[in-house]
Amino acid sequence: MGNHGTYDVIIIGAGSVGTPTALYLAEAGLRPLVIDARASVGQGASKAAIGGIRATHSDVAKIRTCLKSIEVFSGWEERYGESIEWTRGGYSFVAYRGREERILKDLITVQQSYGLDISWLDRDDLLEVVPDLNRDGLIGGTWSPGDGSASPLLATWQFYRQSLELGAEYRFKELVTEIRRENGRISGVVTDRGSYSTPVVINAAGAGAGGIAEMVGLEVPITPDSHEAGVTEPVAPFLKPMIVDIRPVEGSANYYFYQHRTGQLIFCLTPDPPLVGTDRRETSWFMPHIARRMVDLMPRLKNLKVRRSWRGLYPMTPDASPIVGRDREVEGYIHAVGMCGQGFMLGPGLAHVLARIVTDELTGDDLEVLEKFSPYREFAGMEQLK
Amino acid sequence: METGLHPDDFHIREHPILTASDGETLEFFWSGEELTARQGEMISSALFANGIRIFGHHPKDDSPQGIFCANGQCSQCMVIADGYPVKSCMEIIQPGMRVEPVESLPALPAVEDAPSFHDTEEMEVECLIIGGGPAGLSAAIELGRAGVETLVVDDKHKLGGKLVLQTHKFFGSMADCYAGMRGIEIGEVLEEEAARLDTVTCWINTNAVAVFSDRKVGLVRDGRHYVLVQPKTMLVAAGAREKSLIFRGNTLPGVYGAGAFQTLVNRDLVRAAEKLFIVGGGNVGLIAGYHALQAGIQVVGLVEALPKCGGYKVHKDKLVRFGVPIYTSHTIVSANGDETVESVTIAGIGPDWKAIPGTEQSFECDTVLIAVGLDPVDEFYHKAVDFGMEVFAAGDAREIAEASAAMFSGKIKGREIARTLGRDVEETPDDWLATEQVLKSKPGMTYDEEIPEKEEGIFPLFHCSEEIPCNPCISVCPIHAVTVGDDIRNTPRFIGDEIGETCTGCAQCVTICPGLAVTMVDYRKDPENPIVTIAHEFTKESVKKGDLVTVLDTVGAVLGTCVVEKVRPGAIAVPGLPDVPGDEEPESGKKKPKKSNTFKILVKAPREIAKQIAGLQVQEENVTEPMDLYVERLTDDTIVCRCERVSAGEIREMIRAGSRDINEIKVATRSGMGACGSKTCSGLIMQLFAEEGIDLEEITGNVDRPFFVEIPIGVFCGTEE
Repeated sequence: MGNHGTYDVIIIGAGSVGTPTALYLAEAGLRPLVIDARASVGQGASKAAIGGIRATHSDVAKIRTCLKSIEVFSGWEERYGESIEWTRGGYSFVAYRGREERILKDLITVQQSYGLDISWLDRDDLLEVVPDLNRDGLIGGTWSPGDGSASPLLATWQFYRQSLELGAEYRFKELVTEIRRENGRISGVVTDRGSYSTPVVINAAGAGAGGIAEMVGLEVPITPDSHEAGVTEPVAPFLKPMIVDIRPVEGSANYYFYQHRTGQLIFCLTPDPPLVGTDRRETSWFMPHIARRMVDLMPRLKNLKVRRSWRGLYPMTPDASPIVGRDREVEGYIHAVGMCGQGFMLGPGLAHVLARIVTDELTGDDLEVLEKFSPYREFAGMEQLK
Repeated sequence: METGLHPDDFHIREHPILTASDGETLEFFWSGEELTARQGEMISSALFANGIRIFGHHPKDDSPQGIFCANGQCSQCMVIADGYPVKSCMEIIQPGMRVEPVESLPALPAVEDAPSFHDTEEMEVECLIIGGGPAGLSAAIELGRAGVETLVVDDKHKLGGKLVLQTHKFFGSMADCYAGMRGIEIGEVLEEEAARLDTVTCWINTNAVAVFSDRKVGLVRDGRHYVLVQPKTMLVAAGAREKSLIFRGNTLPGVYGAGAFQTLVNRDLVRAAEKLFIVGGGNVGLIAGYHALQAGIQVVGLVEALPKCGGYKVHKDKLVRFGVPIYTSHTIVSANGDETVESVTIAGIGPDWKAIPGTEQSFECDTVLIAVGLDPVDEFYHKAVDFGMEVFAAGDAREIAEASAAMFSGKIKGREIARTLGRDVEETPDDWLATEQVLKSKPGMTYDEEIPEKEEGIFPLFHCSEEIPCNPCISVCPIHAVTVGDDIRNTPRFIGDEIGETCTGCAQCVTICPGLAVTMVDYRKDPENPIVTIAHEFTKESVKKGDLVTVLDTVGAVLGTCVVEKVRPGAIAVPGLPDVPGDEEPESGKKKPKKSNTFKILVKAPREIAKQIAGLQVQEENVTEPMDLYVERLTDDTIVCRCERVSAGEIREMIRAGSRDINEIKVATRSGMGACGSKTCSGLIMQLFAEEGIDLEEITGNVDRPFFVEIPIGVFCGTEE
């Protein structure tokens, strides 16, 4: 197992952060190598993502990053001539109780102050947008028409394809076993199949990021938990936005669903308490629980047939925000981890920032984003809308 | 030949084996047009019976859609029934039902009422058996006898699994596995036996939909009641699914599996085709051809890629005698037609397994049956193993073999499970295990047919020269003058002269032979023109006294014509054999003969050919003539994933570009994302990898995820109860 080459950057993890990063690095004229333990692109958490993309977060770093992502996703087909099934369907967080109404209205004020296109719709106006909502007790909800969805499978695959065109390289089914350093600087990566030289390593290993960080003696506060999701048969369009219901009940904090461009409904649940760990096997609990919540919210869904379900991992950080940036101790080592289940929507935006970290072209806005996502921040309160 | 067909529809009204219910009919609507159906039949069969083969068009490429699996596993036969998209092969037609083709994405029906919910019913059982076919029921009987609380679930409306399609007589031995009885009868015997046992509960119309990591199994009863079962032990006896094949036009309505065909014809008594072509010379294809002829359907031919058919020689010989040409070392090139099959093109196959240019021939037909093998339905077994459950598999779900072997495998597993549960059951007899092995065995040597010199008296002749596990001819002989020696797989021989017994002329060996390979020659009246008794399983009207019939030798060569002297119903009475294997033997003495629906045709034949005669020609030669010119299908519609309409070309391109992960192919092409859950395409994709010369060890396989079939969301929360 000799040295298999020298690269400008090695990205560990060919997922929703790693692949766009490879694309933008290659666009910048660098030669990146992406290494992934799985057999092809996006087979970790990306594959399990349901595809929602919104800029309507509550903190500026995520807002800015996702606005950039939306720009990438929405312009993809025009730029590359390939579909990633982007649809600008909007998002709507619904309220049936005073508690949710208050939380959402408070947030809208913040979000509007960042210039986001989001507004509050009272009951009747909301029913214009989402006619199938259960009317019983409905107060209203948010409406952010600029948000949307795309296929995480296709998008990740497209980032991969386009980055290949520009000279990025990929090694699949290769397990990183060691990250080499010389004089405190990154010098290469060793895998079970060989070794590679590089001055820069980006850890984008999703739920496996903790183990990678340990290889350079770092500890990142990432705890994966799992969320179960499902997809239905395709039916004629009947639902425009992503619907999010944040009423906590015993067993789950919230759930959300939308009708994908293929006509299929895709749905996902946030278990409460969280199911900590990396177990991705199907549970008997999930479908009866989410079915009741969904049919209660939208009775029309009862006849829609579930096709498949799966479970994916959210690499969580203590404050539910990603950890991104250069490491101060290990020179050449860059964190791009802890996406907390939002790696798909954050990916392209963050990838631009990551590329500029490597090329030393960070902007003022970038620095503001990186401050929020800093590995050295105080991990305090949770974001309000997660 | 008389078809027993009513001129107005494609319902089979007369069948040599099956009794068509002349029961109630009902009216329903197809695209607004009022049509008649038989009460209790599936929507798909009602449509077929009315000559409707196209059930809609695919939203992706507008390709015509129709029946494919007829087994509830794919979604190809989807129609809109009273506003709801349903699998037409699994839904019973209702009076006044408005059935519509699916021409675009179906609309989700509006719902006015506020929903109501029920908590999921949960229950525990000692043993859950998935599949109420030969293996599942045989296991349930053993478990029931051991007092184990057993729940058998089956997704069909009737127990018996594929036994309900099997109108032919079984091979094997009478004492072990009901040899000589028809599959449909065996299914009923097993069902009755299971029903007699207090601790066995059978749920029909119940789909097992998932095995979960918390060791519960999700069931959907009657399409709307969701139950979670926590079994102490589980037996997966879910049978098999049919393999598909890659060729142009392979998804045209009219191309489907042999099992689907048997479902339409034998279970639902619908004449699903008029002219049939069969791909695959295993037992399934050969038997399907026989079933087609019995249902009055012409069989134009059969192709087999290998130089020799893989099925039993007696099945093949029988088909050839009836006038069906078998093209060995041939392959299907294309199914041709715009909206449905109009013809098929075949060609000789070269050493590289590719069609040899210039050898193409086309035949007119409306249906192409694919009978190229079966794959075990073993997903639940593997899941349960992964989740650490106490799980077993039996029948085809364990290993593809004959139904007789499946029954034995079920019995053996039933005992094993009872022991696992701490029941004091007898050790499985060694001979059970041995019998299972024998029943599973592939055909052995083929010998030259031995024709005895003797031309006097009366005696049987066995046109059975291949080693297969079968011996009912021995069991029925009242003078014990038929033997196969010490291995059931040996070929039978008449030994009356050696043991000093004289054939009684009872002709039970002629009647019982599952291969219709026994004749009886009687020289007693007229040694120059002996009477030959031939078994015949077509409608009574098809051959009458005084008819001039063409007689053939074992492998189908025409010997001449003979006059039919008599047509007699066959009958079987075996003293000392119980009705159900394993039951107490009945008191010895004479048993009342059981009437068989195999007829005995007695023909007067010249001495020179009498001993060669093995059967009668059924199908006229002109039926099987090729077309003058062969049809070349130019459209490249070689489909691998039928649900998402992904072509072989698209997948080959990915393989050639370096893809080695089926999950990546899925991402890029959507193959495997459809309703069936890659049940058909995953095998075909592996085949494409192999064709491209890729070592299959390199391939990362599909990740299996719930659910086994699609289920309405409301079912999970009890809104439909």
